[in-house]
Amino acid sequence: MGYEAMLKHVLAGLVIFAATTGCTRKTPVAAPSESSDDSHRAQVAMTGDILIGEYGSMTGGEATFGLSTHEGVMMAIDETNEAGGVKGRRLKVIALDNQGKPDEAAAVVTRLITENKVVAVLGEVASGRTLAAAPIAQQHKIPMISPSSTNPQVTEVGDYIFRVCFIDPFQGTAMAKFAHEKLSAKKVAILRDVKSDYSVGLATFFAKTFRQMGGEIVIDQSYQSGEKDFKAQLTQIRSKKPDAIFIPGYYTEVGLIAQQAKQLGIKAPLLGGDGWDSEKLYQIGKDAINGQYFSSHYTTESTDSVVQDFIKNYKAKYGKVPDGLAALGYDAAKVLVSAMERAAELTPKNIRDEIARTKDFAGVTGRITIDGKRNAVKPAVVVKVDGTVNRYVTTITP
Amino acid sequence: MEDFIQHLINGVSLGSIYALIALGYTMVYGILQLINFAHSEVYMLGAFAAYYTAIGLGRALGADLEPGIVFFGIVLIVAMAACGVAGLTIERFAYRPLRQAPKLNTLITAIGVSLFLQYTGQVIFGADPKSFPTVLEDRSLVSSGGIDLRLFDVTILLTGVAFMSGLHYLIHRTKTGKAMRAVSTNRQVASLMGINTDKIISMTFLIGSSLAGVGSVLVGMKYPQIDPLMGLFFGLKAFVAAVLGGIGNLAGAVLGGIIMGLSEEMVVAYLSSTYRDALAFGLLIVILVFRPAGLLGKWQTEKV
Repeated sequence: MGYEAMLKHVLAGLVIFAATTGCTRKTPVAAPSESSDDSHRAQVAMTGDILIGEYGSMTGGEATFGLSTHEGVMMAIDETNEAGGVKGRRLKVIALDNQGKPDEAAAVVTRLITENKVVAVLGEVASGRTLAAAPIAQQHKIPMISPSSTNPQVTEVGDYIFRVCFIDPFQGTAMAKFAHEKLSAKKVAILRDVKSDYSVGLATFFAKTFRQMGGEIVIDQSYQSGEKDFKAQLTQIRSKKPDAIFIPGYYTEVGLIAQQAKQLGIKAPLLGGDGWDSEKLYQIGKDAINGQYFSSHYTTESTDSVVQDFIKNYKAKYGKVPDGLAALGYDAAKVLVSAMERAAELTPKNIRDEIARTKDFAGVTGRITIDGKRNAVKPAVVVKVDGTVNRYVTTITP
Repeated sequence: MEDFIQHLINGVSLGSIYALIALGYTMVYGILQLINFAHSEVYMLGAFAAYYTAIGLGRALGADLEPGIVFFGIVLIVAMAACGVAGLTIERFAYRPLRQAPKLNTLITAIGVSLFLQYTGQVIFGADPKSFPTVLEDRSLVSSGGIDLRLFDVTILLTGVAFMSGLHYLIHRTKTGKAMRAVSTNRQVASLMGINTDKIISMTFLIGSSLAGVGSVLVGMKYPQIDPLMGLFFGLKAFVAAVLGGIGNLAGAVLGGIIMGLSEEMVVAYLSSTYRDALAFGLLIVILVFRPAGLLGKWQTEKV
């Protein structure tokens, strides 16, 4: 009977195959030659509205990531337009949905660049999808700023790819420091999502730093995103009696993990990364998520006027408190706008050069300086979940 | 040692969920020899019907509404009704027109219906996961020395066994059941004997689908996170469980479910979660090699 089950997968595979080949056929892949690279560059309009592309997961399991980011981006763009736009021209965002799929991300970015002829691209949240789309932007020499992809490989794709967030090694290191210094943890358990580059990256750097500081990783368990029962792993973790458990996953599973950990009587605090940052975390995890810690890009409790203005305006516009991804979307768009304002001419090359020169930009998520590897150098904050708000605990600097 | 007992409890608890959904697969197969792939999507629809009912009741009644047996009962009935209607509709519009067509055509249609519901669900309900409201408080029944046995675990297992016995009674002791068995043995002859075969087949779908409704509410309570693709995860495993136990055999579905749950739990606990699915399907292959009809299934030669 396995035949029928297999058939189901084969059919689904055929549909996906047909869809992807259909998309790639439209865009002949021509490697840009070094001698005449101008001819291969996408032509962008020099009059009328300035077109900016955005791609994200507006639907799919991580839809809140894409939607929050989009709201942040739109706020920055609307503010700029209200203030008269850039060089007298209005900004227009073309936002496309990639359904949370890497191949779809590559397809929509191709469309943004070759058909919509955007001058720059903003996106994505998940590193896997940014990695799928970044080579296309690099090839057409269109600058791309990822608001929140933290995997180190993202900006290694090429000199047109930037980000305004910190990277996984730093986030894993920051949480290891936090566990060691603030929680005085000696023995820590890790529960990582082996299907996600992000989760594996954080877990690896956490373990490395924590061991260097003299701590012990007592058990390293794994799960795969999409699963719903984690009691086998949690029972194993419980038997090692850890002081804290590091779970660098996404909110969808973390909510369930927290509940099941509570059911098994696990009292050790749970630690995580920015993948936890979604209001769904409280809805799924309920009281089990209370009192747990995760590293984030910003805190709503900051007294900085940039942050407070942002929160006030966001609440007025969307009627809710912005999460970290909205803040990063806002910062990514603002860094781009500021680079456009400084650029002599609005060509992709000029904009790229100005993004690379970003220094001490006062963003909502801290002061942003773009380093030689096109990464943002900035601190991380650790927050503690308290009901449905995140209380600021401490700041960890690079 | 207590860890091992805890793993046993976890495994049986997970397995009883597979068993509950496997019953629906096995029932339709037993009567129609059709693998109703849309069954896991009917289960998904049940979860969403329960979700919207619970949210709607919560809005209408506000603070008066407390999680409890009444709230649970209402949600359960709505989910069963919604699943029953969905099952009947699928049978009427997708399978009945193909009644005389080769079995492979119906099978491919079932896969089509399944995909159709998955993606329509994403458009209508939205693809992001939703949090299933608390309709009944879960609590610990036994909690000592590192062993934790919970109310929901026991409820799900007992429900599965109760439905298995109920269905067994229905099929072997009632007139409707006799008609179902007759339709299963030979549809043409059954209709010659004055049995309304369309009615009996609809009845089979109604019962099988409302079982999925029960499963959806219980699973929603245990793992309070639902999304339009949720049928995929439990559905495929439940299908394997049904085949493992002997598809068409009710006790086999429950046994297959528990074996699947236990072996997955032990693999994740003592090996790695990466091997979880490999084991499920490996087990299936091994059993089908040695017992092609499944553990409790009877081998029958195809009628020509």
